[in-house]
Amino acid sequence: MSKLSGIGGRLYRGETSIDFIGKRRRWYAVSALFILLSIAALSLQGLHLGIEFKGGSSFTVTKAGASIADARAAVATAGVPGEIIVQNIGTNKVRVQTAALNSVQNNAVQDALAAKFQVAVESIDSQIIGPSWGKEITRKALYGLFGFLICVMLYLAMAFEPKMSVAAIVAVIHDVFITVGIYALVGFDVTPATVIGFLTILGYSLYDTVVVFDKIRENTRTITASSKSTYSQATNLAVNQTLVRSFNTSLIALLPVASILFVGAGLLGAGTLKDLSLALFIGLAVGTYSSVFIAPPVLAQLREREPAMIALAKRVNGRSATPTTFAPAVVASGEHRGPRNQPKRKGRK
Amino acid sequence: MSTTTKPVKTAGRPARPLAVLALVLLALIALVFVQSATAVRLGLDLRGGTSVTLQPRIAPGESGKVTNVAIDQAVSIIRQRVNSLGVAESEVAAQGSGTNRQIVISVPGDTGRRVVELVGQTAELRFRQVLASARSTGAADPAATPTAGVSAEVNAKFAALDCTKLANLQGTGTDAPTDTIAVCDRAGTTKYILAPAEVLGRQISKASAGIDTQGGNVWYVSLTFNGEGTTAFGALTTRVTTLAEPLNQVAIVLDGLVVSSPRINEPIPSGNAQITGSFTQLEAQDLANVLKYGALPLAFDRGEVQQISPTLGADQLNAGLIAGALGLLLVFLYSLLYYRGLGFVTVGSLLVAGSFVYVLFLLLGKWIGFTLTLAGIAGAIVAIGVTADSFIVYFERIRDELREGRSLRTAVETGWTRARHTILVADFVSIIAAVLLYFFAVGGVRGFAFTLGLTTLIDLLVVFAFTKPLVTILARLNFFATGHALSGFSAKSTGTLPVIKEA
Repeated sequence: MSKLSGIGGRLYRGETSIDFIGKRRRWYAVSALFILLSIAALSLQGLHLGIEFKGGSSFTVTKAGASIADARAAVATAGVPGEIIVQNIGTNKVRVQTAALNSVQNNAVQDALAAKFQVAVESIDSQIIGPSWGKEITRKALYGLFGFLICVMLYLAMAFEPKMSVAAIVAVIHDVFITVGIYALVGFDVTPATVIGFLTILGYSLYDTVVVFDKIRENTRTITASSKSTYSQATNLAVNQTLVRSFNTSLIALLPVASILFVGAGLLGAGTLKDLSLALFIGLAVGTYSSVFIAPPVLAQLREREPAMIALAKRVNGRSATPTTFAPAVVASGEHRGPRNQPKRKGRK
Repeated sequence: MSTTTKPVKTAGRPARPLAVLALVLLALIALVFVQSATAVRLGLDLRGGTSVTLQPRIAPGESGKVTNVAIDQAVSIIRQRVNSLGVAESEVAAQGSGTNRQIVISVPGDTGRRVVELVGQTAELRFRQVLASARSTGAADPAATPTAGVSAEVNAKFAALDCTKLANLQGTGTDAPTDTIAVCDRAGTTKYILAPAEVLGRQISKASAGIDTQGGNVWYVSLTFNGEGTTAFGALTTRVTTLAEPLNQVAIVLDGLVVSSPRINEPIPSGNAQITGSFTQLEAQDLANVLKYGALPLAFDRGEVQQISPTLGADQLNAGLIAGALGLLLVFLYSLLYYRGLGFVTVGSLLVAGSFVYVLFLLLGKWIGFTLTLAGIAGAIVAIGVTADSFIVYFERIRDELREGRSLRTAVETGWTRARHTILVADFVSIIAAVLLYFFAVGGVRGFAFTLGLTTLIDLLVVFAFTKPLVTILARLNFFATGHALSGFSAKSTGTLPVIKEA
């Protein structure tokens, strides 16, 4: 533990430095690969949608030693049309999923299951989802997603800088893509609880990014006044300085989520807790990655295009004897300015 | 790199916010006992029950018909049916807005199948001639004279009908329009035998409540029939107006219950009728709404039906509580291992935040009917992480300041001014997420969003009024100020190089 703290000190002073900004092509390539995989998985396999989205009925019988075969036999006697999925959940539950049923068919299935497993009808947990329900949820989730992205973009543009909000949103979209891709690839069930998880990740992913950006802003506030470091260098230092913080906040956020996942999957088998925490778990991990490897390099790239930063990079590179590792900023003709004309950065709050 | 040297703000009186916070918490706890809100209201998924979500079925081009009034009418009809089950704490409520409004029915306990059947049927408004009526006293009335021209079966049913029983007031919507029926009125005071329906609700084109200012401020309801309705209503009124009481009454029946049974004073062939009586304003408006609703029968689709047995409910509650305890424990352990003495600040802050959350769950249950669902518990657990993150941001900032060579007492203040901004922005983003989730959410998601938003607000309160003042006080203690190995501020744990101070 104290080892990590010691690293914190060295990272802070820049003695140990990981080149997040300079090696951005490498991180971009890793993410691009994952995004391509996600797109491939999405288009080839698609998402494994729960009955909440497709419409259907689900019945869960809690009975020690309940077998899939018995459940199938019971449902067969009820004469239910369409595909029937029967699964064991946990150690003492069996779940039957069917196409959407009307209330007569629904009662028939419940009665048949109750008779077969010798349990009271009332003890069977059931869920019936109408066919148009899924559309409603999907629509609302999409509204929520876009509403969130727009609000946060505006807010971050106000609280920080417009370019920071662009970089943060790029990172969030990156997270959503990869998380959805992992769901398609592994074939985890997507339920409304998963969707809540997705939406919450966005908030979380941004929390980490906000912490990093706050430090970047602090380090670059007066950057054009001196010729000590370029915007990219200052950004890289900020990311390194907040690295221990990002690691800690992510780990602390992951611990409760992991315990929900563990308990939800272990004790209950399936349901809200498991779906929610799985989405959060995956999303948090991806979000932490993007707040360090994606958002700051994107921000640096955006800012390095500004004439003031190009001029700064030229000054810094001219000064330092050893060339830095990032791509030399190309200065368009006419962009050279005399010392008198150096753009003055307005003091930002 | 931060090299700015701002004048260090004085720490003020850190004990003051701590005292205020303690007072607020004590006041809230006192309120819990005063209002006797000592149990958290649990959602159906935690105690078992049935929830049904109904969506209005909208034919293409008819979205304008799903008005708030129509939905409110439907809610009141369904509420009447559900209340007849006599299950305490049943709820019927409309959610959402515009054409996306839904009706959510939640009934605790084992009543599953009956609830689903009760709420699934469409109610329709019908006009029927009254054949017989009697006060319903509660006892069966076998001596009642059978009504002529009515089958013995209906007569027997009428005689036995007890309108004081809830079960007879549920309304079923299964009264076939062509049958002669024995039914109660909505208030449960009068029973009727009614002839087959002659005019249907959809034949009304307009209905409104009005006040007759010339006749002594009397409220009335006026209604207008469409072409078909005008003919049918004209024929009905012409036939019954000359008959003896109660045959000259026409009952307005909604969902199998008599809403009103006005006497017909004269034939009404024009299609414009007025119902007068000793209406209050509210009664007149209610009747007008019923008539209007009858003109726009809303059909509903069952969006979602969920039946959770009390056993599963208890399991889910347990799982949620275990997950919460485990999550809290893990966070405690990590904080203590990593931040040593400072970790106790995290533990203390989380406990304070937890007390606030619990007390507010109790009070909000009382005040706004907040119910804790499984998703809500998950939201609260996830919030442990968000809350602890704020502390980490602050602690790491203090360490940064120490690395700059500042003394602990200074670092605690300068670190705070910087961490404060980060915490505010990050928490605000969380709150945006929670608010949007709440408004765009369906069912359980709302519970999650609500607890997430609430706990984020509490996080802000605790960081400002508890964590920061506490750290300020601790920084004055020698244990922390001298950087004891276990304080979390030692040179070793911050990785600070030995600083040689100039004289």
